[in-house]
Amino acid sequence: METGFLTFFLINLAKVIVVVVITLMSVAYTVLLERKLVGRIQNRWGPSRVGPFGLLQPLVDGAKLFLKEDLMPEAVYRPLYILAPMIALSCALMSVAVVPFGADVKWHGVDLFQIADLNIGLLIILGITSIGVYGIALSGWSSNNKYSLLGSLRASAQVISYELALGLSLVGVVMRAGSLRLRDIVGVQAPHGLLSWNFFGGFQFVAFFIYLMAAYAETNRSPFDLPEAESELTAGYHTEYSSMKFAMFFMAEYANMITVGCVATLLFFGGWTSPFGNLLPTFGGIFVQSLLPVFWFVAKVFAFLFLYVWVRGTLPRFRYDQLMGFGWRFLMPLAIANIVVTGLWMGLRLPMQ
Amino acid sequence: MHLALFIIFGGLCVAGALNLLLQRHPINSALSLIVVMSSLAVLYLLLGAEFLAAAQVIVYSGAIMVLFTFVIMLLNAGKEERTHGSKMAYVAGFPGAAILLSLLTYIFLSHRAAFDQAGLDDKFVTGTSALSAVLFSHLLLPFEVTSVLILIAILGAVALARKEH
Repeated sequence: METGFLTFFLINLAKVIVVVVITLMSVAYTVLLERKLVGRIQNRWGPSRVGPFGLLQPLVDGAKLFLKEDLMPEAVYRPLYILAPMIALSCALMSVAVVPFGADVKWHGVDLFQIADLNIGLLIILGITSIGVYGIALSGWSSNNKYSLLGSLRASAQVISYELALGLSLVGVVMRAGSLRLRDIVGVQAPHGLLSWNFFGGFQFVAFFIYLMAAYAETNRSPFDLPEAESELTAGYHTEYSSMKFAMFFMAEYANMITVGCVATLLFFGGWTSPFGNLLPTFGGIFVQSLLPVFWFVAKVFAFLFLYVWVRGTLPRFRYDQLMGFGWRFLMPLAIANIVVTGLWMGLRLPMQ
Repeated sequence: MHLALFIIFGGLCVAGALNLLLQRHPINSALSLIVVMSSLAVLYLLLGAEFLAAAQVIVYSGAIMVLFTFVIMLLNAGKEERTHGSKMAYVAGFPGAAILLSLLTYIFLSHRAAFDQAGLDDKFVTGTSALSAVLFSHLLLPFEVTSVLILIAILGAVALARKEH
């Protein structure tokens, strides 16, 4: 069926809006999840006053941040001070565009569960992450504050260092799939459910742990949250920010967490495919069959976010030299070794000629 | 669609380049350079060279320019003084630019027919897998030699930065 340009455009526009709204809502509720879980870990309730079980807390927080006074310190460099949170948030939201949420379901010729299916999807995500550093770097510099500058220098150095380990850890997965397209990478892990996921069947669990560490450092999260170490730097690179500008940094951090969770799910845990493979009989109509993959995807991403919060509630913060040494002397060589071993393994399994 | 994107990002590229020269603060110039490089990446993408576009963003905008801004931030470089520049530029600048522009105009006008459609077709290697196949089979030796060259540069940097004990 030939689709007119207008239909195509409208469906795509609707898709983009839905995805952005869902991402922002999940950002808000990830914050609640974190406060609740950290509360339980520390043997207290967490937010419990607004709505049932504190479920309306994120909305009230959002309203509060909107209504707060937007302070602009006198000595800041205005254009970049305003631009920095925008860069941070837009880069954090952009990478969701290439993430496939569910199986390839077409409606009027438009892929329903992915905004853009690109040949170089994985590279796009890496590229956008590397651009996102500017948000942090510029915010610290333009604030004209020593703590901010130190925080942003720490953050940028950390992100650049761990980007290498992160990129290298993904090479093994790409070698197995033979493609950078995220749908192809998931497709390789589809046939036997749990057993053919890269984490188990692909023997990529080393790569997964490297990815996990590097991702924690990339998103400036605990135990690598040195850029925001309160005892040393007040609040790090966003010390001088208030109101919505602060909220944008905050949202960017959580949106990055979600993106990292999505990428981990896609690359190591089979994306939207069911863990039972073909053991589970197909049931329900086409509606259930197209929504079930989305359920699996969301469940896996949720598990990843849970792990994020769990780690934050459990582990103490690294020291800065430990952080750099860990990244360069341990993760990098390990990632390279993983590539070599994966290459040898694939070479051994090739049929003799 | 292609034309609209080309005009937007081509214009952005030129505007960024002009801004790069006109700004007096180094960090603004560095940011304009990032804009130029990113819009170049989009132009590559429009031509169909997807891997080159991604590499442009990751390597140039994402890694090299971060180091540029890093250095500017660390040195806390202030505004540049306006200087008069060299005498040579005054004498040779205008005629040189005029000659270059007229030459370019002449060449473009005489090859007008070729400018209808720009795109890299099957004759060129653009896709990621095709590119890597060429790079790791036909051009393996130059590729490895280049890596050794970079390794030597890294060793040199380490040797220069090492503290004497």
